[in-house]
Amino acid sequence: MALYQVLSPLPGIFYRRPSPEQDPFKAEGDRVAAGDTVGLVEAMKSFFPAEADQAGKLLRFLVEDGDAVDAEQALAEIEI
Amino acid sequence: MAIRKLFVANRGEIAVRIIRAAQAQGIRTVQAASEADTDMLACRMADEVVVIGPAPAAKSYLNIDAVIRAIKESGADAVHPGYGFLSENPRFVSAVEEAGIAFVGPDADTIAKMGDKAMARSAAIAAGVPVVPGSEGRIGDLDDARRQAARIGYPVMVKASAGGGGRGIRIVEDEAALEKMVPQAMSEARAAFGDDGLYMERYIERARHIEVQVLGDGHDVVHLFERECSLQRKRQKVWEEAPAAMLPEAVREALCASAVALARRVNYRNAGTLEYLYDGDTQEFFFIEMNTRIQVEHPVTEAITGVDLVQAQLMIAGGERLWFGQNDLERRGHAIEVRINAENPDKMFMPSPGQVTAFAAPQGVNARFDTLLFEGCRVAPFYDSLVGKLIVWAPDRDAAIAALQAALGDLKVEGIHTTASLHQALAADAEVRRGDFHTAWLEGWMAEGRMQAAGGQAKA
Repeated sequence: MALYQVLSPLPGIFYRRPSPEQDPFKAEGDRVAAGDTVGLVEAMKSFFPAEADQAGKLLRFLVEDGDAVDAEQALAEIEI
Repeated sequence: MAIRKLFVANRGEIAVRIIRAAQAQGIRTVQAASEADTDMLACRMADEVVVIGPAPAAKSYLNIDAVIRAIKESGADAVHPGYGFLSENPRFVSAVEEAGIAFVGPDADTIAKMGDKAMARSAAIAAGVPVVPGSEGRIGDLDDARRQAARIGYPVMVKASAGGGGRGIRIVEDEAALEKMVPQAMSEARAAFGDDGLYMERYIERARHIEVQVLGDGHDVVHLFERECSLQRKRQKVWEEAPAAMLPEAVREALCASAVALARRVNYRNAGTLEYLYDGDTQEFFFIEMNTRIQVEHPVTEAITGVDLVQAQLMIAGGERLWFGQNDLERRGHAIEVRINAENPDKMFMPSPGQVTAFAAPQGVNARFDTLLFEGCRVAPFYDSLVGKLIVWAPDRDAAIAALQAALGDLKVEGIHTTASLHQALAADAEVRRGDFHTAWLEGWMAEGRMQAAGGQAKA
């Protein structure tokens, strides 16, 4: 069983939903495909997707919705 | 009652600007800061600093309860909201008013009224100010659409009532196109928004964005001439000028008089800006909205009038009546402001937060740099990318562009990327130098790769 982490593309604020009214991109336990968006990072009022590199199962998120994150900080753990 | 202690409910360069104005009047300052901002320049300058919450703006600068609590505990007798954040939030302003604290701006009712586009449009019509010709209410059917479009004048822009943010908008050139498009737009609107309502307004090709600065004391209103802010990217202004050089004098007078008429009608108090679209082909102007706060680009108006707008705001909020009349105001020369953002113009304007390793501001008699930067400061990723505003003044526009080029050459910001190179490229561009642009011009210019072309020339 291999694990990998989805990293933040840049420093900012992490969001699990496309907008406050919408459902989260992914829930813990969901299957993800390569290139799927698992969350957004807001930096200076622009939004950048955090994407899964490979297909697998999203085990857990490592930061809370709305938390400040650094560049390259691990956001979620995925089991391949 | 003159202000004695001012709470600054903002951050960044505008907080610095507000503190400078307060200090000039001997007013003590309390600076609000998020946990990420405790070392920002405004905190170093203020008499007191109060931490209002965590880094994300929703939990600090936009958290009404937290900000109100901090204001009350600070013992401040006035609050300056800057721009953005809570500056035009009627609920926040009501809470400040209820606490018996002076808000540096108009009252909550005026903010609510002018912040509602439909209400502001009605107020403009009542004051005799031209608005963009549009349909009265929704379009009923195709016959109604034909009648209304003929009255408004082609080309028209047809929008879905339930749409927003540019979605569901179509430009229609003539009646034949209208007949084809309306049924289709209705069914698309129904599918996309669950509502087939349409409305239309005149489409102004090559529109310029021109705005008028006003100051009111609740009794009298004066204007401080206009600004031209057509150079925009993603609806964000990047370069602003005063005056609007291409405006015929008679049009300028009518435009500024209309702004005063509308501001008088609502007994406007404090600084405000009325935004217009200007059609250079027909020399018509149309009111679009009012901003009931100080604006980012206020320094160009200060440069041509000699009026310190932020100090004026503080005096009016302190109960002063206007101490000058319209005839005391003159405009002199030409001013340009460019926004220096922490973004990388060579990488699609990707945000560029980080530590500033070296910094030097342009010097000179007619160059001003309003900024949050200092050597060693950290530019946080959580907020707007604006890190500085370079303002130059010269006797005429050509000389102002030359002064801008020199000042941009003197600006040194290392450790982060900035948009200074975009402005060097713009200043070197022939159309910019002729003043020949409109609100969609900059995005077209960039799409054609002309930033790189002009940038190469500027460096050579």
